[in-house]
Amino acid sequence: MSDATLILIQAVLLTISTAATPLLLAAIGELVVERSGVLNLGVEGMMVMGAIGGFIGMIVTGNPYIGAVVGVLFGMALSLLFAVLTLTLATNQVATGLALTILGLGLSGLIGEPYVGRSAVRMPVLNIPGLTDLPIIGRLLFGQDLIFYISIALIVGVAWFLFRTPSGLKLRAIGDNPQSAHALGIKVIRTRYLAVLFGGACAGLAGAHLSLVYTPQWTENMSAGRGWIALALVVFASWRPFRILAGAYLFGAVSIGQLHAQALGIGIPSQFLSALPYLATVIVLVLISQNRRLTLINTPASLGKSFVPDR
Amino acid sequence: MKTLLTTLATATALSLTLVPAAQAQQDTAEACFVYVGSHTDGGWSQAHDIARLEMEEHFGGAVTSRFIENVAEASSEGAIERMARSGCDIIFTTSFGFMDPTVAVAERFPDVKFEHATGYKTAPNLSVYNSRFYEGRYIQGVIAASISETGTAGYIGSFPIPEVVQGINAFMLGAQSINPDFAVRVVWANSWYDPGAEADAARVLMDQGVDIITQHTDSTAPMQEAAARGIKAFGQASDMIEAGPETQLTAIVDTWAPYYIERVQAVLDGTWETSDTWDGLVDGILTMAPYTNMPEDVAALATETEEAIKAGELIIFEGPINRQDGTVWLAEGEQADDGTLLGLNFYVEGVDDQLPQ
Repeated sequence: MSDATLILIQAVLLTISTAATPLLLAAIGELVVERSGVLNLGVEGMMVMGAIGGFIGMIVTGNPYIGAVVGVLFGMALSLLFAVLTLTLATNQVATGLALTILGLGLSGLIGEPYVGRSAVRMPVLNIPGLTDLPIIGRLLFGQDLIFYISIALIVGVAWFLFRTPSGLKLRAIGDNPQSAHALGIKVIRTRYLAVLFGGACAGLAGAHLSLVYTPQWTENMSAGRGWIALALVVFASWRPFRILAGAYLFGAVSIGQLHAQALGIGIPSQFLSALPYLATVIVLVLISQNRRLTLINTPASLGKSFVPDR
Repeated sequence: MKTLLTTLATATALSLTLVPAAQAQQDTAEACFVYVGSHTDGGWSQAHDIARLEMEEHFGGAVTSRFIENVAEASSEGAIERMARSGCDIIFTTSFGFMDPTVAVAERFPDVKFEHATGYKTAPNLSVYNSRFYEGRYIQGVIAASISETGTAGYIGSFPIPEVVQGINAFMLGAQSINPDFAVRVVWANSWYDPGAEADAARVLMDQGVDIITQHTDSTAPMQEAAARGIKAFGQASDMIEAGPETQLTAIVDTWAPYYIERVQAVLDGTWETSDTWDGLVDGILTMAPYTNMPEDVAALATETEEAIKAGELIIFEGPINRQDGTVWLAEGEQADDGTLLGLNFYVEGVDDQLPQ
């Protein structure tokens, strides 16, 4: 392969990874939430709050890392609201989650108004001497920003936690049968609170990635539906962490690939190409649903059902 | 129910037959603006908002103004109608996709004056105004071909409408005047204002090796991305130099204030009439941001081109120009008329892209 081809492949992979990272982060957080039996449809709202939180934190302190922390806190704050409503007050999870998205979009627009049009300091790329210069994968694996590294670490960490630790087993037990888990003395509500907060933190970080790495500026509604894609990815991955990685990168590849097809002048209508990533998601979801046994094994059995102890 | 219907029908018939009363002079007026993006987007909508403020200042306290921002084109009719209902004397709707909604609302509010930017449908109370952005695009093409090392520019389009196609064609004609083999790669963001999609498009184009980015979308995201990779870019609608101090070559800067002042003055005087304005560089409705980040001889060439366009010595759409497929569009010396340009739906020769229809 010529040098030019290598450079092109490397650049394309890097762009795909930038597109995939926010999806990956939000989806891995939601996976933990759903594994505990809670369905939080408010990912989009928490994500966009993370975006404005990250941006404000960065503008105020001038430091994108502090911005990312503020973004995480904003996402957690919104998820705490969800947790209080659905876990303590046992409201309907679907309705509450939808309301959370609407709230997040509106609230972020309101507090973000003075920040529209300002430029942010982009989160710097952390190079690792020697490794970054490797061909093709060098910059992809070792020449990215901190949030990318965190996203990969989270996939591995969550997989390890869920399937290799007692706490992970308890969390999955709660997701399948909270009554039995409760009878065994596992703290159902407390565990679910922690899971929901973790989901909020991940969605917040995903949002911060949007306003600090993806496009270092704040725009109303800048999550642009990515929260919903992340929700679909969790089902797509049939609640398995490493499949989230595959799903997010596949989605990123299709959405970036369609732009490459356009730039090469292939002559397929751009409207159709723009719809491709969503079309791909739907098709994969349909295919996955075909195998009902596999779906049943992986789906948290009590997903979306409220649990009230002693009732 | 039947009576109500009859009454309604009579009322409608009456309002249709009534001749609009002669316009009276008025001491104060309220001007309203509908933006497709944020008023601080750093591009298109901000240019309109700067003009709005200048207009307000010009009239002292006599004219007040309001705006509504981030109005989606598809659902803009309600927003425009709310403006019309809330006492605006004149409403400027500033995006191409607001055209049909503006026409519909203008019909229902015959006493309110409407001004639609970049469209082509007029009515007794609806004017259109536009700027010959393509003149600036030609200059950008000249600059791009002069400094590009790869001989390929990336072009981020919003929607494949005539205004954008004019821009791509003019850019290429300008580039071809320097380098006949210059190439352009086009990506459609399918939005006027979507920083995420615009940034993706810019990244993809740069991945493919273009070394100039030009955009016909409204946010500063492409400029930011170009700056991040040390590639040069052109600003759109507003001077975007802040987003890329070492990146921006020049920008097409929209200067709507004189037009807004003139039209609002007409409302005050009671002399407002439907008009169809399509001005260019020479009228000052668009200006070029300073030619920066390029060698002096290129800047001089750009200035020279700008002067030639202003003086009418350089007509951009003047033959010989071939269509993309090589057939003759304009013969030697033949000029495209405005009607043709406003319906332009094909590329000129040398654009290696298929226009989405």
